[in-house]
Amino acid sequence: MQLWIPFAASAGALLAVASFVGAGWDAPPVESTQIGYRGTGMYLEQDVEKLEALKVANVVPEAPWEADPEGDRAGDLYENVQVLGDLSDDQFNQFMASITEWIAPEQGCEYCHDLENLASDQIYQKVVARRMIQMNQAINVDWGDHVGATGVTCYTCHRGHGIPLDYWVDDQEPKPASNMSRAGQNVAGTYSGNTSLPQNALMDYLLGDEPIRVHSLSALPTGTNPAGVKETEKTWSLMMYMSESLGVNCVTCHNSRAFNDWDQSPPQRVTAWHGINMTRALNTDYLTGLAPVFPAHRKGPEGDVFKVGCATCHNGVQKPLYGVSMLQAYVDALDKKGPTDVPDYSTYVPGETQVMGAQAPTTSSALPPRTTVADAKD
Amino acid sequence: MSQYQNILTIVQISGPAEDGMPLPRGDSERRGTPKMSRLLGWIGNAQLGPIYLGYLGSLSLLFGFIAFEIIGLNMLASVGWDPVQFVRQLFWLGLEPPPAHYGIKVLPPLNDGGWWLIAGFFLTASVLLWWLRVYRRARQLELGTHVAWAFASAIWLFLVLGFIRPLLMGNFSEAVPFGIFPHLDWTAAFSIRYGNLYYNPFHCLSIVFLYGSVLLFAMHGATILAVGKYGGERELEQITDRGTASERAALFWRWTMGFNATMESVHRWAWWFAILTPLTGGIGILLTGTVVDNWYLWGIEHGLVSPLPDIYPDVVDPAAQ
Repeated sequence: MQLWIPFAASAGALLAVASFVGAGWDAPPVESTQIGYRGTGMYLEQDVEKLEALKVANVVPEAPWEADPEGDRAGDLYENVQVLGDLSDDQFNQFMASITEWIAPEQGCEYCHDLENLASDQIYQKVVARRMIQMNQAINVDWGDHVGATGVTCYTCHRGHGIPLDYWVDDQEPKPASNMSRAGQNVAGTYSGNTSLPQNALMDYLLGDEPIRVHSLSALPTGTNPAGVKETEKTWSLMMYMSESLGVNCVTCHNSRAFNDWDQSPPQRVTAWHGINMTRALNTDYLTGLAPVFPAHRKGPEGDVFKVGCATCHNGVQKPLYGVSMLQAYVDALDKKGPTDVPDYSTYVPGETQVMGAQAPTTSSALPPRTTVADAKD
Repeated sequence: MSQYQNILTIVQISGPAEDGMPLPRGDSERRGTPKMSRLLGWIGNAQLGPIYLGYLGSLSLLFGFIAFEIIGLNMLASVGWDPVQFVRQLFWLGLEPPPAHYGIKVLPPLNDGGWWLIAGFFLTASVLLWWLRVYRRARQLELGTHVAWAFASAIWLFLVLGFIRPLLMGNFSEAVPFGIFPHLDWTAAFSIRYGNLYYNPFHCLSIVFLYGSVLLFAMHGATILAVGKYGGERELEQITDRGTASERAALFWRWTMGFNATMESVHRWAWWFAILTPLTGGIGILLTGTVVDNWYLWGIEHGLVSPLPDIYPDVVDPAAQ
């Protein structure tokens, strides 16, 4: 009896079905690049088709024109220019033209401005934009360890959308039955690479300051390492998120035979370490503080503001926009710090103009103030 | 003859159902009227039933069912009793052991690991009762107890993972969660936390025996199928009364690799390899975290780790700067 025919047909049919319902499998061809020492299995595996799509989606837009730095200052010419007042008139208008293309190409100026009175803070987006420009300046000035000389602009995250496509929020869905819990894990997690690992690791590491490191640094137990398997799963969840965000594998930053050993880690791990600290600082110092300004529909299902993660800038690419810098055209707007004062957003009333530094608080964070950003662990 | 019974048993002999030997006094009756099924005959014996349940078997099935229900209902509750999410996320769902701060407290709150402990209790009771049943059935049939001891080896690994090691570590949060992906994630996280199980010598041994079992199984299965047309599948007769099938099988291996197992010894090979897989694996797990906290560093101290050149001399821990 020729039984191999029905068996082969069944196997083929099963594979065909599986390839359609399978969870985002990478169909061949897959490009394999050696990125570590021979024999260590350090290869970067990338799906060729996805790579093509990413190349198309990550092209840097040209500046509308080359701005003349000479001339009267924008702060003297226009009312209520609180951060970019030191730009020349031409620089200011060039930046406004660019930011429109970067963030609201369809809605235009009125996405942030009351067209009757451009100086008005009537529209909340303008209040947010002012704070985001401060954030962008801080990234380029203070976080060179992560962004290098390439730096970032609004476009690095926004890509033509008012809200960057990749952000994260407190994720409790699907909710367990009342009185029950699932220990914060064991569902396909949006921010854990669709694994069943803890689904809110980002809350603990990219907003909170929990220790990420779980390894013991001695061969034998000393009783000093509080981390167990559960903490390891949470760290791993963060790592899955980072890996998915950058389109890289574990071995881009680690030699997987000893994940914790810095001596065997590629230099990308140092960059990533600074990136974790930077992302945490952006969330605590900039995003969460704006909570009173954002309307409810700009918050997550648990009522928290949209937060920055690795994917927000990286968009699936190891170096955002393939490492092409947009900064040269906006040096005065984004590569220098303007005034760093913050209004007290807790007293924010839509439509009322708040002048920076008029009130006492110097941080917008809703969390207790940290000593400095730089001494953050991990 | 290229297709001779390689996939299914095509040639089946049917006859009156076999009732089996009478059971000793005190044993309950075997249950069920025997049925003949040609479909079952394709992959095994065509006769289905009767089955001996007894009180050990019945209790074991009951306890196993209770554990299965507790785990399943917890999974369903973990997605708010939503049947759609239950089906969609079935492989992701799980039941977690209690957090570390409860230590080895016997019953933490049900929704914070308590159900895990109860499910674990019933599952363990079910498995142990089934072991007793396997042992008792073998004695009643006047067999050796090899199956029971092989099963005991698997139970050893199960108990180390879920009970003995957590006791030694002082908390149940070190134990394995129930659930398809959750227990796999646990396995990988366990290896990461304790510095790479790859450098655990008992893990090495366990893998040797696991892969060895697979190799032996493939060699033995292939050999017997290959001499099937000479009646090679009647192994027991061939041990005492060598026919041409046994002779050919033995000669095949002797001429291929110089040495051959016998119809009897090949089963000892397989039995020991199978038993040693979870036995050594369990020892490896038991030592992890209790005696050794970082297997990679332990491997460095004991010459297990091959050194690499310092290819990233500029990379230093930024937190240490």
